[in-house]
Amino acid sequence: MMNNVTLKNILELLKDGKRLDGRKIDEFRDIEIETNVISKAEGSARVKLGKTEVLVGVKVNLGKPYPDSPDKGVLMTGLELSPMSCSEFESGPPREKAIEISRVIDRTIREGKIIEVSKLCIEAGEKVWMVFVDVYTMNFDGNLIDAATLGAMAALMTAKLPRLENDEVIRTDLKESLPVNGLAVASTFLKVGDKIIVDPTKDEEDASVSRLAVGIKDGNIVALQMGGDLGISDKELDDILERAIKHSKKLLKYLKKK
Amino acid sequence: METKPKYLYKNSKRLDGRNLDDYRKMKIKMDVVPNAQGSAEVIFGKTKVTAAVHGPRVMHPRRLALPDKALLRAKYDMFSFSVEDRKRPGPGRREIEISKVTAEAFRSVVFLEKFPRTVIDLFVSVTQADASTRITGINAASLALAAAGIPMRSLVVGVTFGKIYDEKGVGHVAIDVDKPEDQWGMADVAYARAPATGDVVLLQMDGDMTKEEFDKGKKMADKAIDVVYKAQIKALKDKFEVSK
Repeated sequence: MMNNVTLKNILELLKDGKRLDGRKIDEFRDIEIETNVISKAEGSARVKLGKTEVLVGVKVNLGKPYPDSPDKGVLMTGLELSPMSCSEFESGPPREKAIEISRVIDRTIREGKIIEVSKLCIEAGEKVWMVFVDVYTMNFDGNLIDAATLGAMAALMTAKLPRLENDEVIRTDLKESLPVNGLAVASTFLKVGDKIIVDPTKDEEDASVSRLAVGIKDGNIVALQMGGDLGISDKELDDILERAIKHSKKLLKYLKKK
Repeated sequence: METKPKYLYKNSKRLDGRNLDDYRKMKIKMDVVPNAQGSAEVIFGKTKVTAAVHGPRVMHPRRLALPDKALLRAKYDMFSFSVEDRKRPGPGRREIEISKVTAEAFRSVVFLEKFPRTVIDLFVSVTQADASTRITGINAASLALAAAGIPMRSLVVGVTFGKIYDEKGVGHVAIDVDKPEDQWGMADVAYARAPATGDVVLLQMDGDMTKEEFDKGKKMADKAIDVVYKAQIKALKDKFEVSK
């Protein structure tokens, strides 16, 4: 946890619309995206958002479809809060925080229909491709949702589909891309004091009382997740959605550079 | 590689073109995890491992703390996408065992008695696996501990060795085994030592080797260890040098 002095500084500065790291209220940190960083993965990306760093890998396995969607492939998104990335993270299976965040990332990919799951069907009811998107935190300084969503998109964009030869999965010399349809991004907003800030650092997250993450695709809202102990007003909600749509255009540019 | 190759060694060359006593291209990157006290990434060929140290810090729960020295713990973690077939996240039996031997490799070299009642947490993350991951992790962990400023009697340096067969099925001793050699080879040995104290601190083997083959492999590995040791020292000197 953060000390009281830092908390006081964050709140005092925000009264004048300033932040501890010199950013404006509606400003993202520097973003760096690197793709194809793990040759063993079918797709991969390393994203740096300020001091937050995530490593995302996409693996594609052969599996059986779910009974309620026999002709569709399977998408699974996981997040590991690696204990090396932050002294407050402990080893062990994912708990509340990791599970919530991975489900929010999953929602943006799924509801944004980023992966055309119908094209992942090999034999209806029997054989489909299962796409695993695994996010690992390498260094944590807040705002995992936005960093991980960028990473997931960059990894999916560059991911290749394995081949099936005599029921054997071949992962060498892959050419066919994963069926990816458009891109979505997320912007996370926090209410700290009476201000709404975007792309929070860890200290800002510790100081905040409410959070809203917004997933956007083609200017439309595809995922929402509120969090924190206090609510937000109608006006604040409206402000956040407008800002999320605006930010999505800038975030997409980082992905399209790839 | 799905089917067993006819040979792993032919015309004095290994499958990837190396000689028996060549180790793969090695790379060291320091301070890759800013939140940790010390961290390093070590790359051997296609094997990539990041190690990070947190501590010495307060032990939770307190009852696990040792009254007269620090507890050194290690967590070896293989990322799900680091291998050919996705690995389920979280530690399995293999990872728990490697975590144990990794922690033990460092307990004799770290001055644990300087930090009673605390814990030193060592995290070893395999981001890309192409065999020799535990030994690559040992080299990264040695650098991370030193970078954290934790006093040590010695760095710890490792190189694997193993036995690979030629087209006639005859075994040859080779160092720094890669994935096909690990998977199909006749023996492999994970080997690490503390050069400054002279002790062997990690040793695991599976397969089948004569005493002579073992001695030969160890000798070849010791030569490579000298080089890796110097590379570790250089990386640390570069990190701590005040100005150039």
